[in-house]
Amino acid sequence: MEGSKTDVLIIGAGPVGLFAVFELGLLDMTCHLVDILDRPGGQCAELYPEKPIYDIPGWPVITAQGMVDQLMQQIAPFKPVFSFGRMVTSLERIEHEGFRVGLDDGQTVNARVVVIAAGGGSFQPKRPPIPGIEAFEGKSVLYSIKRMEALRGHDLVIVGGGDSALDWTLNLQPVARRVTLVHRRPEFRAAPDSVNRMRALWESGDIDFRIGQVTKLDGEGGRLSAVTIREADGETRVACTRLLPFFGLTMKLGPVADWGLSLHEDRIPVDTEKFQTSTSGIFAIGDINTYPGKLKLILSGFHEAALMAQAAKRIVSPGERIVFQYTTSSTSLHKKLGVPD
Amino acid sequence: MTKISIIAFDGTRFDVEAENGSTVMENAIRNAVPGIEAECGGACACATCHVYVDEEWTDIVGEPEAMEEDMLDFAYEVRPNSRLSCQIKVRDELNGLVVRVPERQG
Repeated sequence: MEGSKTDVLIIGAGPVGLFAVFELGLLDMTCHLVDILDRPGGQCAELYPEKPIYDIPGWPVITAQGMVDQLMQQIAPFKPVFSFGRMVTSLERIEHEGFRVGLDDGQTVNARVVVIAAGGGSFQPKRPPIPGIEAFEGKSVLYSIKRMEALRGHDLVIVGGGDSALDWTLNLQPVARRVTLVHRRPEFRAAPDSVNRMRALWESGDIDFRIGQVTKLDGEGGRLSAVTIREADGETRVACTRLLPFFGLTMKLGPVADWGLSLHEDRIPVDTEKFQTSTSGIFAIGDINTYPGKLKLILSGFHEAALMAQAAKRIVSPGERIVFQYTTSSTSLHKKLGVPD
Repeated sequence: MTKISIIAFDGTRFDVEAENGSTVMENAIRNAVPGIEAECGGACACATCHVYVDEEWTDIVGEPEAMEEDMLDFAYEVRPNSRLSCQIKVRDELNGLVVRVPERQG
């Protein structure tokens, strides 16, 4: 399959990946960003969108989401391509051309340069602490639901207290044979309307709701038959053919570990001139890299992006002279940014 | 300064002189206590600084607020004495506090 082309493929659309688009764009490089989340912002958007940040230069205080919104506006003139909800699964070097990057949907992107701006790694569903759960994953234990119809007629146990757990409880109740919702406490962190609708279904006897934790899985060959739920007054065994745990997301290094790059404690060592990894043409910026004196700050990531862009330019346009310019005064930079004359 | 003790899962005890106003998580990180990850850096946004407060201290330390309770849903093996250490601020009354790190975070 013929893939798309870009100068720079950026893994991770957090603040540092986004700002890299700006620095690369000023040097006329096109960018394609891939992120496992369904929107830009990385940790800032996923973990703490409403939290204030006090050390972004020029902003005495700005919320994490506010900063992401500003960055999106700042990079808009460069029209980056985004692949959200996607993960980079493979990366191979092509002689004289750069890299061929494979995404988990089968898409391929050819890039001259790859920039890893993946922060703490890619967000993955958190595995609940139930012994032996690995053996059932992908068959009877599902962390995401692609087709509701596949769950028709099943005895479902849904675990969690957020919007995902509540929404799937409501949506799957008419489809499943029986839905049991399990949460460790009676309060939920979900839309009040969903909670009310769930309670109504519980009161009418259309679903079961148990306050407790799933502690044991029964079944063979990856096929689940029952789960044990520990409640305040003892344990109950409930028939279950599909278990759907919604315990939020955690960060894992993921496929980056398989690309032959040197790693140090799950971070990628780089030099501090180019922020290049052990492989020429692959750079790492932001929280995912490490070097003497490294500070895991957004502002450090911004600096790294600026220097990386200079080095990337030498690979994308070899031999071309790079003229150092200020956005304040350069008419050619103004043109790129769409500043009116 | 207030004396607090953070006990790692393997039993290693970290006796720390903590500044009032700092959080138990910050003290754990400063002293490289294994098992306190604090992925989000103390924003009460990740549940990776989960600790168990020793029984005799739970009343004095107090209950988690609603936001912390929400985050604890994501923690590993939550018990009635579970707290996120980034939400426990050190103060005079906590002199002698003992918290234990769970087997793992999330």
